[in-house]
Amino acid sequence: MATAILDDVMVGQPAQAAPEAMVVRFAGDSGDGMQLTGGQFTLSTALAGNDLATFPDFPAEIRAPQGTLFGVSAFQINFGSTEIETAGDAPDVLVAMNPAALKTNVGALKPGGLIIADSGEFTRRNLEKAHYAVNPLEDGSLAKWQLLAFDISKLTLDAVKPFGLGNKEALRCKNMWTLGLALWMFDRDRQPLIDWLNGKFAKNQVLADANVAALNAGHAYGETAELSGPLRQMHMAPAKSEPGLYRTVTGAEAISFGLVAGAQLAGLPMFFGGYPITPASAILHNLVRLKEFGVTTFQAEDEIAAIGSAIGASYAGHLGVTSSSGPGIALKGEAMGLAVMTELPLVIINSQRGGPSTGLPTKTEQSDLYQAVYGRNGDTPMPVISCRSPSDAFECAIEACRIAVQFMTPVILLTDGYIANAAEPWKVPDPASFAPFPVSFLEAKNGPNDTLLPFARDEKGARPWIKPGTPGLMHRIGGIEKAPGTGNIDYSPESHQAMTDARKAKVDGVAQHIPHQDVALGETSGKLVVVGWGSTFGPIHQAVRRMRGKGFDVSHVHVRHIWPMPENLGALLKSYEHVLVPEMNTGQFKTVLRDQFLVDAKPLAKTSGQPFTIAELELAIGTFFDGIPGNEGGEVPADATQLPSIEAVNP
Amino acid sequence: MNDMTPIGGVTTTLKDWETDQEVRWCPGCGDYAILKAVQRTLPELGADPANTVFVSGIGCSSRFPYYVESYGFHTIHGRAPAFATGIKLANPELDVWIVTGDGDGMSIGGNHTMHILRRNLDCQILLFNNEIYGLTKGQSSPTSRLGTNSPTSPLGSYDRPASPCAFALGSGARFVARGFDVSKELTGVLKAAYHHKGAAFIEIFQNCIVYNKDVFDDFAAPKGAEGRQLWLKNGEPMLFGSEKSGGVKGIALDHDALMLKVVDVIAKDDGTPDWKAAGVIVHDVTNRSVAYMLVDLRATPKFADFPMALGVIYDDPRPTFETAVADERARASKGKTPDLAALLKRGQTWTVES
Repeated sequence: MATAILDDVMVGQPAQAAPEAMVVRFAGDSGDGMQLTGGQFTLSTALAGNDLATFPDFPAEIRAPQGTLFGVSAFQINFGSTEIETAGDAPDVLVAMNPAALKTNVGALKPGGLIIADSGEFTRRNLEKAHYAVNPLEDGSLAKWQLLAFDISKLTLDAVKPFGLGNKEALRCKNMWTLGLALWMFDRDRQPLIDWLNGKFAKNQVLADANVAALNAGHAYGETAELSGPLRQMHMAPAKSEPGLYRTVTGAEAISFGLVAGAQLAGLPMFFGGYPITPASAILHNLVRLKEFGVTTFQAEDEIAAIGSAIGASYAGHLGVTSSSGPGIALKGEAMGLAVMTELPLVIINSQRGGPSTGLPTKTEQSDLYQAVYGRNGDTPMPVISCRSPSDAFECAIEACRIAVQFMTPVILLTDGYIANAAEPWKVPDPASFAPFPVSFLEAKNGPNDTLLPFARDEKGARPWIKPGTPGLMHRIGGIEKAPGTGNIDYSPESHQAMTDARKAKVDGVAQHIPHQDVALGETSGKLVVVGWGSTFGPIHQAVRRMRGKGFDVSHVHVRHIWPMPENLGALLKSYEHVLVPEMNTGQFKTVLRDQFLVDAKPLAKTSGQPFTIAELELAIGTFFDGIPGNEGGEVPADATQLPSIEAVNP
Repeated sequence: MNDMTPIGGVTTTLKDWETDQEVRWCPGCGDYAILKAVQRTLPELGADPANTVFVSGIGCSSRFPYYVESYGFHTIHGRAPAFATGIKLANPELDVWIVTGDGDGMSIGGNHTMHILRRNLDCQILLFNNEIYGLTKGQSSPTSRLGTNSPTSPLGSYDRPASPCAFALGSGARFVARGFDVSKELTGVLKAAYHHKGAAFIEIFQNCIVYNKDVFDDFAAPKGAEGRQLWLKNGEPMLFGSEKSGGVKGIALDHDALMLKVVDVIAKDDGTPDWKAAGVIVHDVTNRSVAYMLVDLRATPKFADFPMALGVIYDDPRPTFETAVADERARASKGKTPDLAALLKRGQTWTVES
């Protein structure tokens, strides 16, 4: 596994002793192009057939002052010849492009791990900015790691000299030099990168050539260094995967594709109303480029207009979709109530980030579960689905579309900043393999004696969808309480009770049209079940797998349908002696489970804006088997070795 | 503009536009007159009830859709323009009418009013301005005059009012008009708005007989009205008043101060007013500079001398938002086939053999 790297692999060992998995972290100034380097390294890893998971971490500031601790941008990738579910705990290799990147990340590096540092950036000025009194490359303070420091800046300048770039432009090629070295280290093919560079700089061949030269120079440096120094090349075998065609995908891409697929399966054009917000904007950016699929995108003046326009489009017969992050979802709350009240289909995506208020815009959290399930005025039930990984997001988006149109209801799809930005290999699905759920609009009056009943209900409790423009079916809808059937304004006690009950029954009934809850790993009963939802799937799954390997009676249940929950979930949870619910919040799903099923679910909370590590979860599982009463669950403290680095956030 | 050919081509009567719902406005409310004016106008336009959507926010005026036999969507406070935008983008064939008020459209929804106007979505926006919050029982609104007594301003309001038409022009509106609830010219204004391709903004002064009774009497009261109302007609001189109201007057440009002024107009020998001699301006609905001055007549220190500018103040169409959205989608889709399976396989992929 990722953390069980053979520490001596990097140094003095032949290449054939490659480990199962390896964690590499690229860290540099936000202007150094670390996310791009990480992204391209990810692609090359995927093309080499390794399984992988990534964790991009970048500052909220767009251009933080150069060289500062809070301007450090990092990208971690865990890849291997085995199944990879998380971005990995501690890195085996750290690439530090400046003193600030070293300072904020070296604490995370495993003992004996390899540091690759650009000594050219360790100037007095940069050392001061990183609060180093003495150059750490020279004072022996990095002794417990393998250190490879050389002047990447100068080597890059030398490599691109023939192209006559200015100093600043030339130094921008540093990341390609570094990537070249990384490609050599892991025995990767450079050609896809060269193709990509030629495409990216198609309009500026000199820049393309310079970047390719830098890439090749970094690669060549590896070969030379191998002869004289501690660096060794390794070849990692491809992971065993299901046969088929693969690509990499981020959560934001997968959701965009899933929405397009969902609209196609419903036979509808799609309307997407959005307003820029981190980390949700990527979905809008993706859909803007998919207009040939009958997608209309609308960048609204605010979050309220974004959802309002989407509801308007649904009313007019499109599949309305809106997307935001917690603060924006809060603004949309009143309009969500209107969508519930007028019973129009709508998909609302929340890319969760740390809250409350502005909170941690670029960091991840799962703390909007209460908001999704309960966060509206009135009795306002709404189905909620959550995705567990970038590739899972595709199916979840389709499922959200299906429930929205089949039940004439808004549906919330929860994802988070981690899933939105992270990439993983994805077995390309065949859209034709999903069962279509075509929509039909009401075309003629549906009541007795030639009357129209816009709020008549079908066997699912859903009302008919009536498009304006349909002759003879003119009617009025709105947010005021209405009479059953006719939908005419009616605040009478009987009507409000009947309509409140009908709205609730409809959403509760979704439970009969979703899959039964399965067990992700382990047995359907036993001593302990770890229940997760959303992006904690990876670390929980690995932790349960390892603990089961050590003989512990623990199983993993992962819940996709947060509301309503699968019909068998309560009985399933009650078949275990203990229930542990790890969440990146203070225990929100735990509370819902307790409320719904009267089970003694124990919370495991992590609210540092960092995902769980596998080790933390193993420890928490262990407390149920150590014979010590009362130490189960609780809170996991912030981890100084994890991304986001505590020092980078708060120097 | 009464002689325009109905573009909808559907034959209806006023009765066809009435619903079976009991109208719930206060007896004597100006909203009744506006509702009738709209229901009278729609048949004349040849509008099709099945193709017409009335969208509203919250407030007294926003109950309007329930009383019109067409499609109707009573949404949330201030947000009707957002819903209307989604409706029109999803189906540009629909005739979209927005009904809002001074609280709904200028206060909580001011932002949306601005953006729908600048984008120029093809629709009619009827802003019922009664200078008060009616449905919440009489609080002062963003258009209340200084000193308005209300439950939230018992000593008189002290925040300065906004001017809806000036706001509309400032937001980029290409059609700005005014009328008032009981004015017989209102149907003509509604028709002009309907025929304008783009966002047509109409401020309709509306008498709230419970909380702000007769607040518009300074220009809307029948007695002496001709001397206080300037009904603008494209291509005609800006004349108002009569011998009865103290003489025929006109609007001219004060070239030194670069502002409008009121001038006396002397009759020629044949009895017709010699407006040319008085320098009276001919109304040109495409003149944006003059439109700015007309909507702001009341804001000048010499307001007492000026009439209220009414009718179509500005009308100069330009391409609409929904057309631009459709054009862009067509350009972006050109030469591409909507093949999702192919899209998913695009870019760098690899194959795992069995």
